[in-house]
Amino acid sequence: MICVQSAPFDLGDIANRFAVAQAGAGAIVTFSGVVRGDGGLLALEIEHYPAMTLPAITDMVDGARARFGLLDAWVIHRYGRLTVGEMIMMVATSAPHRKDAFAGAEYLMDYLKSRAPFWKKEHHRDGAAWVAAKDSDEALLARWG
Amino acid sequence: MITVVYFAWLRERIGTGREEIETQAKTVAQLVAELSAQDSYHAAAFADLRAVRVAVDQVLCDFDTPIAAAKEVAFFPPMTGG
Repeated sequence: MICVQSAPFDLGDIANRFAVAQAGAGAIVTFSGVVRGDGGLLALEIEHYPAMTLPAITDMVDGARARFGLLDAWVIHRYGRLTVGEMIMMVATSAPHRKDAFAGAEYLMDYLKSRAPFWKKEHHRDGAAWVAAKDSDEALLARWG
Repeated sequence: MITVVYFAWLRERIGTGREEIETQAKTVAQLVAELSAQDSYHAAAFADLRAVRVAVDQVLCDFDTPIAAAKEVAFFPPMTGG
C-alpha cells in the first residue's frame, strides 16, 4: 500500500494492519518521520508533484522488495501544512529475517528523502524558507549503488 | 504544445506552477535556454542549473534528454522528502 495524503494517519492502526497482513514474516520494521521543533519552527509546508509522486514511490517499493526479498512494504507520505510533532511519513517493511526488514526500510527512507518529489518549506515567526537538500543525504543514497 | 510545470522555489520565482508553450526545443537544455530568454523571472529561476532537477513525463532525467515526444517537463529543486 502506498498513500500520498494530506490527512494525518494513525501509526498504531497502520502498524497493526500491516502486521496482521504479513503471514510468513519473521520481522516487521516500521519507521516514522516527525516534524522537529528546531529553531522556533512553527509549521512545515510540504509540496509535491502529484503526477510523479505515486509512480516514483512505486518504483522505490518495487526496488526494495526485489533487492531485500521483502514480503511487503507500505509507504505513507503526507503533504500540506504540518505542525511540530505531527507525523510526516512512515514506512513499514516485512521480511523473513530482521536484517532485510531493517535494510529495506533504510533503503526506502534514503530514496524517499532524495528521489521522491516532495519539497519542504519551513515557516518561522520571521518568515519562511525552502529546505535545501543535504549532500549527506545524497551520500546515503549512493551506498545502495 | 508542451506543458511545463514548476515546484517549490522555481514555482515562486517564475510566478506560476504551470504553463503551456509552443517550442522548437529538442532537448531539456534547449527548452531551458528558450524559457530563460523569455523574461527575467525565468532567467532568475534557471540562473544556476546545478540547483535544478528535471523530470520528463514524470521521470527524472538529465538536461540533454530529448523532449520531442514529451508531454510534460517539470523543473524543481533537489527533493527533500522523508
